[in-house]
Amino acid sequence: MQHSKTTIEETANWEKEHIRGNKLPHEFSNYENFMANLKYIIGGLLFGTVLIKSEVISWFRIQEMFRFQSFHMYGVIGSAIVTGIISIFILKKFKIKTFNGTDISIRPKEFSKGQIIGGFIFGLGWALTGACPGPIYAQIGAGFLTTSVTLLSALSGVWVYGRFRSKLPH
Amino acid sequence: MIDFILQPWPWYVAGPIIGLTIPLLLLLGNKSFGISNSLRHACAAVIPGKIPFFHYDWKKEQWIFFFAAGIIIGAYVSVNFLSSGANVDLNPQTIADLKALGVSSFDGLLPADIFNFSNLLGLKGLFFIVIGGFLVGFGTRYAGGCTSGHAIMGISNLQWPSLIATISFMVGGFFMTHLLFPYIFKLF
Repeated sequence: MQHSKTTIEETANWEKEHIRGNKLPHEFSNYENFMANLKYIIGGLLFGTVLIKSEVISWFRIQEMFRFQSFHMYGVIGSAIVTGIISIFILKKFKIKTFNGTDISIRPKEFSKGQIIGGFIFGLGWALTGACPGPIYAQIGAGFLTTSVTLLSALSGVWVYGRFRSKLPH
Repeated sequence: MIDFILQPWPWYVAGPIIGLTIPLLLLLGNKSFGISNSLRHACAAVIPGKIPFFHYDWKKEQWIFFFAAGIIIGAYVSVNFLSSGANVDLNPQTIADLKALGVSSFDGLLPADIFNFSNLLGLKGLFFIVIGGFLVGFGTRYAGGCTSGHAIMGISNLQWPSLIATISFMVGGFFMTHLLFPYIFKLF
């Protein structure tokens, strides 16, 4: 048992060095306990509300987007990016710290072929389900209970990716 | 004000609020916005098996489960207490195109003739829920992020791999909508 555990950790480290992409974003951050983590519910509440109110979780809206028949989704994503660029620029420029006084650091994204192949595969699923991972949670909260099966399928997709990762081009 | 809240929000209100999630999470605890990671952490926490990809300290990433819980609660409250219940104001051309494919219900946010439990065991459920969900999970993890992690967070941080990922998401969506949908809908 001890032996196999070491092997898994060794393999995990080997994969981290040799397979591109998918570095954990918060590997170097500190533990936060249950109470400290509660504050992230605020972000989720805001995000869930806006996903519903802007109809971003609507299968129909996603179809409009992929058919170029509405500016709505492009406007939402585009203005979110512009706001994000300005926000991150300000945070970096003035070296603003977190509310706890620690430094803000964002792990860079590493290129891999997965962004092209996996990205395309996700696009196929996005059109079918009308949802990316965030909106799946919102669809469940909105009372579309069939989408809890979408979530389970998505989890199985992630698991299968993890299982066969070393055989895929990266 | 109440009227405004009950109406669907225009893109120029919704987009900036979504964008502000980025600095909010960074300020709350140096967290990078990216929701598809929650699926990986769930695998790591519950069914890691002997798969190295799921062997890491997932407790350092558990904030995302709280964030996801917030999304579910926020969506529940918005649908039940902050919405007028009107149908999505779609482009008539989209409705015509979807009708031609065989979609007949345009009430609410999701088509009821696809997303219902009686379809779940049939072909519609297989394609739009089971296979669709699988592709979302597999694809986002293979790409290393989803619309939030790549398209919004990644591009906002000027990461070119995220731009490539976002273009690939769109190409996949166009491919499914324009080339595969006509064949899939013929099956029903």
